[in-house]
Amino acid sequence: MSSSVVKPVRQVRRRTGFAARTDWWAYAMIAPAFIGLAALYLWPFLSTFLKSFMNVPVFGPGEFNGVDNYTKLIGDDAFWRALGNTALYTGIVLLGIPLAIVFAALIQQVSRGRAVYRVLFFLPVVTLPVAIGMVWRFILNGDFGLLNWVFSLVGIPGQYWVADDRFTIYAFAVVGIWMGLGVNLIILGAGLQNIPVELYEASSLDGANRVRQFFSITLPLLSPTIFFVTVLTTISALQMFDLVFIMLGSVNNTAIDGSKTIVYLFYEAAFVQFKQGFAATIAIVLLVIIMAVTALQFRLQKKWVIYD
Amino acid sequence: MHKKWLTAAAAVATVGLLAACSTPSEAPSDEPVTITYQVWAGTQTPAMQEIVDAFEEENPNITVELQELPWPQYWSTLQTSAAGGTAPDAFWMLAQQIKPYAEGKQLLDITDAIEAEGVDLANYPQAVLDLYDQGDGAIYGLPKDFDTNAIWYNKALFDAAGVDYPTDSWTWEDFRTAAKELTNAEAGVWGVAAPIDYQGGYYNSIFQAGGQVISDDGKTAELDTPEAIAGIKFWTDLMADGSSPTLQQLSDTEAETQFEQGKIAMYLSGAYWALKLYDNAEIRPNIDVAPLPIGEQRATVTSGIANVGYVGTKHPDEVAKFLIFASGETAANIQAKAGAVLPAFKGTEQTWMDAMPEFTNLQVFIDAIEYAVPLPVQGNAAEWQGLQTEFLTPAWNGQESVEDAARKYTEAIDKVLAEG
Repeated sequence: MSSSVVKPVRQVRRRTGFAARTDWWAYAMIAPAFIGLAALYLWPFLSTFLKSFMNVPVFGPGEFNGVDNYTKLIGDDAFWRALGNTALYTGIVLLGIPLAIVFAALIQQVSRGRAVYRVLFFLPVVTLPVAIGMVWRFILNGDFGLLNWVFSLVGIPGQYWVADDRFTIYAFAVVGIWMGLGVNLIILGAGLQNIPVELYEASSLDGANRVRQFFSITLPLLSPTIFFVTVLTTISALQMFDLVFIMLGSVNNTAIDGSKTIVYLFYEAAFVQFKQGFAATIAIVLLVIIMAVTALQFRLQKKWVIYD
Repeated sequence: MHKKWLTAAAAVATVGLLAACSTPSEAPSDEPVTITYQVWAGTQTPAMQEIVDAFEEENPNITVELQELPWPQYWSTLQTSAAGGTAPDAFWMLAQQIKPYAEGKQLLDITDAIEAEGVDLANYPQAVLDLYDQGDGAIYGLPKDFDTNAIWYNKALFDAAGVDYPTDSWTWEDFRTAAKELTNAEAGVWGVAAPIDYQGGYYNSIFQAGGQVISDDGKTAELDTPEAIAGIKFWTDLMADGSSPTLQQLSDTEAETQFEQGKIAMYLSGAYWALKLYDNAEIRPNIDVAPLPIGEQRATVTSGIANVGYVGTKHPDEVAKFLIFASGETAANIQAKAGAVLPAFKGTEQTWMDAMPEFTNLQVFIDAIEYAVPLPVQGNAAEWQGLQTEFLTPAWNGQESVEDAARKYTEAIDKVLAEG
């Protein structure tokens, strides 16, 4: 072999070698993040996805059963009821956002002690869920609850708010709004502070009153934040589980069957009935629903969200 | 330099390895060992700690860590930790939960240890042993306690209504009549609590009516037989009479709590409430207990908690030793003295009764062993038992006939049993 042939090859080789080495370094640098991501998010997701096509006992390997889990889920009345409950809950909880906007705007008006209000509204967020459940169970108790007592003063007949499945979802939603208000207030409050004061000054010179300012300045300029809060609230509402668990008190609650959400069904399949494959299917279906709803929100935002 | 250090390090490591290898063969039983013991939280914990202390005293090289979990998380945590290989070494098991663990080979087989220690199985109630028998010839654990059911009743409410206390010859009819007479809606007092409760409730009456819940071969449900339907009607009749709070009221405030609040005259449940009721000084003097009423025959379901071990434990011998101890005579006496629960070990019942001297009729729970039947736990019991609220609520509320509800529930259970 002549040296004239070898040389270019060597050069090429060195170049690829060098290129590969820089790649290697780059991969090495992102490896910690990637490995963490892969182990904690990617792998569980893939494994759940695979399991959704399998019949998996609690212990030991499962076997593939095609789309059996999916057909079973779609044919299951409990699933549709849970879907309806989840949708109703999510719909009502979203009404908490206008409420949060109003409160955030009001707190913004307060010149002193703004932090105190924020802390007060934020308290439910840092309170133990079980404690919240107990307090609300007491408030909503059908026989000696605070709410029914207040109602009785104005002549409204009391109800078994957390023991009658005609009312449980509404009871969850009220507590859900109350629990979510704190976080939404903080985010919206930050958004309000980004609105330049000059706009309000200029508009009041033009004779705009507070209400007009709210609708013409605050709302449009806050819309990106509102959108963000809406997406977050929707996702967490679609994943609601804990309120069913803590507010109904026990699985012997007669309202339990009419009050299940999708994630509660998932919990039941995975941890009570020992059906991991079926549970995985529920998780995947919920994921698809959440992705679809979020995509829809991103599509719709073009119509109402105003970026500067 | 480098090489020398490496050689030295290797030498040290080798010596260490050799030392590590040789220790167990010389003195296997003296090596300090720590095992974990998981229970759900409740009135029994102090007694469990005493049992652990007694065991450690007898076996100074073994440390047992008692771990408590709240009941709502107990099974999901146990399942996840077993699947992940980090389950506690020893833990409480219920008959309606054991099947997936036994089938999944997650439980430590202690048959040999039981033989080696000369444990006499005749010391335990046969009905409870049968509950844990998985038919594979292995023994996974021994019962630590057992329970039968009886009528807990509030004497003050009987006196107020002028109704005679329950006797051991009460029939269903006597019970129903008394429940009606005891009810005083205006005062917020009910004769009885009739929740949809399998263990303290309708399973008992189904057996009393001569029916059964699951067929003898364990493959089908028999809730739709005339006898079983009669057994369920015992409860729906009480509901229809208005002798019990509604299911909604019982959901808001559980039957046991309402009984302790003095709003319910009769509460049918197990021996496991004894200590809690005894500890409630306000209500203690008013509480007494009588056998369940007689249908076509006497019957009560019985069950109990078993101590079992995890197959993945690093110290199987020590765990087996602990399990046998924790279900043995010493431990039974500790439980009995604390009044925590009726011990499964025969001959310790008197100690349990003596722990609560003001309850003079606790003997009814022990007499009930004679006519006790094992709690039905065939197949994926946790799943089909979990369906009871869905299928039986309409019958309890009077929206559907017991026949229809029982038939639908039977079909649903059959489906679960068919899945294996």
